Amino acid sequence: MLTLLETTTMEERPMTQPPTFAAPTARAEPTAAPVAPSVKMQTEALCAWFGKNKVLQGISLPILEKRVTALIGPSGCGKSTFIRCLNRLHEVIPGAKMDGRVLLDNEDVYVRGMDPVGLRRRVGMVFQRPNPFPTLSIRDNVLAGWKLAGLRPKDPDTLVEKALNQAALWNEVKDSLNRNGASLSGGQQQRLCIARALALEPEVLLMDEPCSALDPIATAKVEELIHELGQKYTIVIVTHSMQQAARVSHHTAFLYMGDLVEYNATDALFTRPADRRTEDYITGRFG
Amino acid sequence: MAMHTDREFENELAKLREKILLMGAKVETMVATSVRAFNEQNNDLAHRTIEFDHDINRLEVEIDGFCLSILARRQPVASDLRFITTSLKLVTDLERIGDLAVNISERVLDLSSDPPRRSWPDILKMAETVQSMVRDALDAFVAGDSAKAQWVIERDRSVDANYSQVFHEVLLLMMDDRSAVQRGMGVQSIAKYLERIGDHATNLAEMVVFLTNGTDIRHPESQAIEGTETH
Repeated sequence: MLTLLETTTMEERPMTQPPTFAAPTARAEPTAAPVAPSVKMQTEALCAWFGKNKVLQGISLPILEKRVTALIGPSGCGKSTFIRCLNRLHEVIPGAKMDGRVLLDNEDVYVRGMDPVGLRRRVGMVFQRPNPFPTLSIRDNVLAGWKLAGLRPKDPDTLVEKALNQAALWNEVKDSLNRNGASLSGGQQQRLCIARALALEPEVLLMDEPCSALDPIATAKVEELIHELGQKYTIVIVTHSMQQAARVSHHTAFLYMGDLVEYNATDALFTRPADRRTEDYITGRFG
Repeated sequence: MAMHTDREFENELAKLREKILLMGAKVETMVATSVRAFNEQNNDLAHRTIEFDHDINRLEVEIDGFCLSILARRQPVASDLRFITTSLKLVTDLERIGDLAVNISERVLDLSSDPPRRSWPDILKMAETVQSMVRDALDAFVAGDSAKAQWVIERDRSVDANYSQVFHEVLLLMMDDRSAVQRGMGVQSIAKYLERIGDHATNLAEMVVFLTNGTDIRHPESQAIEGTETH
């Protein structure tokens, strides 16, 4: 089977000016400074395949900087594939390929010479199921990304504390950093995985259904964390829970059968969606 | 619109719609009977209208509770969310219209000891217009017809004009005949209540536009500038 690296044309692609997307509008509070967020990532006509099965049909979507963007849609609509294309994780699956462009700070991440491992440090990922390294301590789990990259942080202790603080886990584990990571609860394990991603100081954080394996309390903690992190990082979250998308995101994209049906400010999309398919999906009238 | 995958939710929304229509029909009847009581100087009809208000109050509480239950259990979004939140506001306006019909009936009773009255053509016009406004607002709600709702809103201007005319005539009456002050105040109050019913019908129509199009058309002069984020 062919991988993306073998099938995608990797010649230097002309760098055209990315299309400008006005941020979806919302009503301003009288005192709010009208600062339009800039576009951190941008996909252009993004298509993706698993073998002959085309799962993304040409998606052009802006990811706004220091904002939380939620992707919603029924199973199999291409949400996870979409975010896996953003940090080139899609290509590691045998038979997977892509076409179109993914821009990070206006630079094509699929351009020849782009190091996928370096890219994944800039565009980190948190997965559906908490996956701490079971044999490593909490501290070593946080530093795992550095070790796997063959790097050593200047001040590992400070880095561990900072990442665990950012992941709202420090107070719960600061006295037991040498405990095994797998001994934590499910919610704590997921926050440990978020700390591991944050330790690499990424610019963008991709989250693929990060709460689907968590109970309501752990979910609330992770959602609160996403809200806080969204002020410092660019976050893209895939979720099956529309309530979660409504709670945590600034903007929401609805995908259906590999197409982008609608993208708008979350408030607008959940109160007055423009497309009938979005309306039917979020109100439970689908299919 | 397609049916909900969850039939029970679909049934709950249908039930809510039925309750609102029932309340709307009862309020329409109250306005009609209070106006008839005024025209015919019919105290019996006025009393019956006042009694009828208990039904409206009971329905208001019942519908409010039902809406809260749906919000808590279903967490509706999009058109469903607009429907529930609009319903909560609709019942408040309907209940206020019922109260105003009661107020008209009370003034009819106050005026009952007076000699037979002169006719007030502008009050009759107001009464006809506001009754049609309430009826059309509810029809627009049922049909999701924003054009009809807009037509309700436009008619409120003629109600206001009729009210100004009545106010002017009542003022002249009281200036001419000091013994007519109490009667004049009663008539003026009835005109004011009808004018307020027109305002509430306008509120209903504005909510129907929001429910149908998702566009908030209230207070356009006070709407904030678009184009910036709230987050």
